[in-house]
Amino acid sequence: MRKNPSDPAAPGPRRRRGERIRRIGLPYLLLLPALVLELLVHLVPMVIGIVMSFKELTQFYIRDWGTAPWSGFDNYKVSVDFDAPVGKALLHSFFVTVGFTLLSVGFCWLIGTVAAIYMQDTFRGRGFLRALFLIPYALPVYAAVITWVFMFQHDNGLVNHVLHDQLHLTDKPSFWLIGDNSFYALLIVSVWKGWPFAFLIVMAGLQNIPKELYEAASIDGAGRLQQIRRITLPSLRPVNQVLVLVLFLWTFNDFNTPYVLFGRSAPEAADLISVHIYQASFVTWNFGTGSAMSVLLLLFLLVVTGVYLVFTSRGRKTADV
Amino acid sequence: MRSIRAAAVGAVTMSLALAATACGGGSSTGGGSNDSPKTLTYWASNQGASIAIDKKVLQPELDKFKKQTGITVKLEVVPWSDLLNRILTATTSGQGPDVLNIGNTWSASLQATGAFLPWNAANFAKIGGKDRFVDSALGSTGAVGKDPAAVPLYSMAYALYYNKQIFADAGIAQPPATWAELVADGKKIEAKGKQVLGAEGANVSENIHHTFVFAKQHGADFFTADGKADFTNDGVVAAVKQYVDLMAKDKVIPVGNAEYAQNQSVSDFAKGKTAMLMWQSASANLKSQGMSDSAYGIAPIPVQSGTPGTGTQVNSMVAGINLAVFKNTDNLDGSTKFVKFMTSDAEQKILNTAYSSIPPVKAAQEDTAFNTPANSVLKNTLATSAAALPQVADESQFETAVGTAVKNLFADAAAGRAVTTASVKAELEKAQQQMPAK
Repeated sequence: MRKNPSDPAAPGPRRRRGERIRRIGLPYLLLLPALVLELLVHLVPMVIGIVMSFKELTQFYIRDWGTAPWSGFDNYKVSVDFDAPVGKALLHSFFVTVGFTLLSVGFCWLIGTVAAIYMQDTFRGRGFLRALFLIPYALPVYAAVITWVFMFQHDNGLVNHVLHDQLHLTDKPSFWLIGDNSFYALLIVSVWKGWPFAFLIVMAGLQNIPKELYEAASIDGAGRLQQIRRITLPSLRPVNQVLVLVLFLWTFNDFNTPYVLFGRSAPEAADLISVHIYQASFVTWNFGTGSAMSVLLLLFLLVVTGVYLVFTSRGRKTADV
Repeated sequence: MRSIRAAAVGAVTMSLALAATACGGGSSTGGGSNDSPKTLTYWASNQGASIAIDKKVLQPELDKFKKQTGITVKLEVVPWSDLLNRILTATTSGQGPDVLNIGNTWSASLQATGAFLPWNAANFAKIGGKDRFVDSALGSTGAVGKDPAAVPLYSMAYALYYNKQIFADAGIAQPPATWAELVADGKKIEAKGKQVLGAEGANVSENIHHTFVFAKQHGADFFTADGKADFTNDGVVAAVKQYVDLMAKDKVIPVGNAEYAQNQSVSDFAKGKTAMLMWQSASANLKSQGMSDSAYGIAPIPVQSGTPGTGTQVNSMVAGINLAVFKNTDNLDGSTKFVKFMTSDAEQKILNTAYSSIPPVKAAQEDTAFNTPANSVLKNTLATSAAALPQVADESQFETAVGTAVKNLFADAAAGRAVTTASVKAELEKAQQQMPAK
């Protein structure tokens, strides 16, 4: 039976309970400012964005967008009507982004992991190389990408100079910033910019693998490749799970790289969804449709992230058993 | 939680930016006041070769204004790449400057937002009356039948800049007056190992400015009389094709220019790599890149045949900058005074000389400083053969949609793919579908 806390005959538990609340409450009180800011910075804008997606928010209403008429699901209908031009363009952009993200994350992970494994061995200049590898990650995005823009230029760019003028690999100088090659240009810059992060994380993960495992393996006659396959990769699994997810989300949402490379109208081959949504809202001044597309993207990423987390945590539980 | 947050953050970056600005939107519906009569914020567009040069030009004038009125003007020169976004954000949030420069082609689009002070007769009277301004400039200040959303500040027109030395070497006595002559001259120039004509193939706005003129020369318009997008009519298709064909078929624009968007074509011309350039009021820019005035000549942009004039003989858009006042300014009187100051005869002479543009103010235009051969070509073009871009609310969307279509067509031409009437029409069709449904 529960005791009634207001029962004057039971002052002991009440005092104790007050103490308990104070004891438990303090951490929450300390968390409160962070929580309020978190709500303000992340959740409130998200909710406003979602509200906007149900409005007809065009240039006629942006000055006082409370007066913009409600449009129900119209913005969503336009976005997912894949037979009509807007939906078709969004779908195309979505597929380009998926392809780009898979390739970029794949290469970032592969290069980062290979480099991290090689950097495990002690040799002269290792510290220098490690620092060197991290430079692309440390550079400001704009400065780095604008440098690539110069290198990819048709007439005076370094890339064409090497490929065409020096190595004679192409019949004529290629265009990298317009047309179909723009996809590869974007991929190259993205991988160049992203792999040092994979390298950094994997390198940290490798520090936690006990040396004895490798010693035991080499006594058992396992070669380098076998050691990587049987020891390194399985031990890195938890690290990789987080790494791949983070890389995926960053790459899928990357706005700066394509925007600096191509400006406000990206070539079709490299029409990433973040720039596409930007264009759908800021360039056509239809912020309602832009918000609807953002919400759809949010839902997609939530689903992917959720499925990924369920899938990987189930895998981990099985591994633990 | 962290991953969800990461997803959320990325996915609504745009909404976040918008929403964050919307949070401060309390005063966005305000009608203007005189609460802070001693200060003004002014966003200037980047007219000179760099932002630093603009500051050097404008600051002494703002100091003069302060001496006259006691009002301090806080100046910010906004680069073109940011200006429209900044204006949109300011419109959404209500947190903007008091006075600002806008590209005159945006007038009708921005007018539709209702963010700017309308220049009715009463407001015009405060700055000396509407009839102080040239008609062609007033034609680019907002939709027909509405009070202008802004006041003309600088006027510019396109002209053909040609390198005298290259022309002499190729044995060309006169700058080309028709497109056929330009293509023929191109052959002679190419024979001398020089590039013929520079263009900014990936610059959306430049593409629009040129195709608009070509459309006029084909007797066509991008919008119907009642303001509906009509990008696929035969005249427009022929016009766009003719412009892209300068690269695809006539080979006078070098293929490398298909990716130009940062005024590289101006640098090429200043360095003597290309023989010709179609640009608006380029003198100050060329000078800052080390090309002396005597090294180049200025001629009207070619037409199909005959001489420049009205109708199909149009050879430039009415280019220019307008000065607008945000309706919710805290210094309405000061803003009006500032507009009066900037459009005064004396300031018009100083500023337009510095930027090699033409004053849209009649009295200032008559000053001898604007009678140089270079300026007389621009002045004459503005007076007789320039047309205003469509003054419709969707103008800004039109610039991006059609400008991107032309950019894609240039990319095709550069990659050696055929540019046909069908492929031009298909691109324009796509552009039209992006326009807001009416």
